[in-house]
Amino acid sequence: MDYFIELFFSGLTRGSIYALIALGYTMVYGIIGLINFAHGEIYMIGAFTALVVSVALSIYNFPLVAIFVLTLAAAAVWAAAYGYTIEKLAYKPLRHAPRLSPLISAIGMSIFLQNYVLLAQTPDFLPFPALIPDFAFMEPVSHIVGSSDLAILVTTAIIMVFLILFIKFTRTGKAMRATAQDRTMAMLVGINVNRVISVTFVIGSALAAVGGVLIASHVGQINFFIGFIAGIKAFTAAVLGGIGSIPGAVLGSFILGLTESFATGYISSDYEDVFAFSLLVLILIFRPAGLLGKSTTEKV
Amino acid sequence: MERPVKISARDLRNGLLTSLWFMFLTFPLLVVRADPIEKTITWRWPNMMYVGAATFVIYLISRAWLAHRHERFNRAARVDQPAARGAASSLMSRPRVIMPLLGLIGVVALAIPLIFSTYQTNIMITALMYVVLGLGLNIVVGVAGLLDLGYVAFYAVGAYSYALLNLHFDIGFWTALPIGALLAALFGILLGFPVLRLRGDYLAIVTLGFGEIIRLILENWNEFSMGPSGISNIPRPGLFGLELDLGQSITYLYYLMIGLVLFTIFVVNRLQNSRIGRAWFALREDETACQAMGIDKTRTKLTAFALGATWAGMVGVIFAAKTTFVNPASFTFLESAIILCIVVLGGMGSIIGVILGAFALILLPEYLRALADYRMLVFGAVLVLMMIFRPQGFIANVRRTYTFGEKQEGA
Repeated sequence: MDYFIELFFSGLTRGSIYALIALGYTMVYGIIGLINFAHGEIYMIGAFTALVVSVALSIYNFPLVAIFVLTLAAAAVWAAAYGYTIEKLAYKPLRHAPRLSPLISAIGMSIFLQNYVLLAQTPDFLPFPALIPDFAFMEPVSHIVGSSDLAILVTTAIIMVFLILFIKFTRTGKAMRATAQDRTMAMLVGINVNRVISVTFVIGSALAAVGGVLIASHVGQINFFIGFIAGIKAFTAAVLGGIGSIPGAVLGSFILGLTESFATGYISSDYEDVFAFSLLVLILIFRPAGLLGKSTTEKV
Repeated sequence: MERPVKISARDLRNGLLTSLWFMFLTFPLLVVRADPIEKTITWRWPNMMYVGAATFVIYLISRAWLAHRHERFNRAARVDQPAARGAASSLMSRPRVIMPLLGLIGVVALAIPLIFSTYQTNIMITALMYVVLGLGLNIVVGVAGLLDLGYVAFYAVGAYSYALLNLHFDIGFWTALPIGALLAALFGILLGFPVLRLRGDYLAIVTLGFGEIIRLILENWNEFSMGPSGISNIPRPGLFGLELDLGQSITYLYYLMIGLVLFTIFVVNRLQNSRIGRAWFALREDETACQAMGIDKTRTKLTAFALGATWAGMVGVIFAAKTTFVNPASFTFLESAIILCIVVLGGMGSIIGVILGAFALILLPEYLRALADYRMLVFGAVLVLMMIFRPQGFIANVRRTYTFGEKQEGA
């Protein structure tokens, strides 16, 4: 039973990280209908920035809490800056191009960013310092649920609540929803669509970076390639929940995280990634619109 | 008539701001390098200056270029010139230019193994393999408009079918070649079936997932594929039982590849102008309209997948025979990305474009060894830049047009 609970919590942890990344995919897709292939790379860049910042701060003997907060903030800021710039450089000029063009551009951007980090930093795996301390009150259950699992779950939950409040109640959030529904109409009622798109990229990237920092600190190592697999899995989660739908992305992420966790725990850990990919293929065959997505018929 | 393009003070200011922004952006990754084990930090301040200067220059050049293009566009609109045909296509239409050129290329191609070393010939074989891969993917991506990011899976199927058939049943190269091609086509259909209903961008991700699944299975299923260590001692292609030494067999493989390239060009060209080829073009342009014209969408898509995969399977068999060793590390997503880059760079749907693209992308990094580290960085940038500035590729595909000639009126 302990093993089951352990797998359950590790699934939830995975799920919350996927959710943080999947939200970026789903928000961008909802607004401009683009699969932002470079999103996984943003997550990786967030993690790398965090590594650099946390090492720098620990050299100057900052307290652990300050390191955690500042690292998270720096990663989010830089990842958001990257997201913003990528949108301006690689996607904005292609807004009216045929569907495949922005996708190919996004793939190019993803390859570019991977190799940029490879060349600028290192091709090797780097150990990532543990930013989350072992809480004393977690001692009795630490063999089942680690402190970092708890921290990831709590952080993700807080971020989700804020995101939902932001999208439901703020002016920008409303503008985002309007743009997602109908871009032309949004423009007609005076919404600055370009700004909304930029904001979406900024928020999505910052969330991915937070996910990157949390998981890097949990796993304890990073390299330039982590964004690729994480990106595809988060995309799977977004599609599973119904791409474009925010609750869908969260639901899909948790389902994917739990599936992976139980499948690797009870079946075989060699095929960890195969489960996610197979799940993706199966969903797309049987329910292309996802669990919470609405299926749309194309009108001519 | 060319007016010098003016750069205003505003451009300079914006250029400065852009370069400051990029200096900020690249600061943590390009300037700082942290060593988490030794707890040390290396500062690389010169990098920041390079980034700033490069961004500034690139910004001004792109401003000037955009202004130039804008002006040319305006002038063209005023005069209402007919759209100029590409240089390549006008060259193509002149048999007196093209025939000797083709002859020259043919002679050079045949002479390469006689003049150059085995090493150079080997590089040429690789380039020719990518030509065929590019032409194969071109059927799927360029002609039928189905973005396939897992093309390398079929390549792997071909390579592993030769390796495994040889290992277990001692089957030779020439028997394995059609079997590999057929198996790859089968996998193409297998992949095609579930994804038929999907729209373009979903399709891309599913094919990517499929490619990764194949690779992961090859990596983990040790009993079947020998896992990450791969299969070695695969025999090179035989020539009627003759004993060839290494140099001779590489020369032989080279001529084999030339033959395969010619065969591929012939088949792909015939396919494009066939009924099914026109159906692919129609499918690419508008799926709904294509269906309304009575084209069977399912069959058209499946044939595109199957025929595209066939070439990958064949090249896979040749790859296994050339390197005499296969392992899953040769079939990563990057390989798919390189092949896609060849197609996009050369011009989607254009046969000459894809051939030139393959040579450019495979030979340039070979000879510019100093730049080899930057190869993938450049590939990524090329994909983005091509999509923005020249989505039709270096050599745009010229669709066969049927005109009612004025000659007929006189006749």
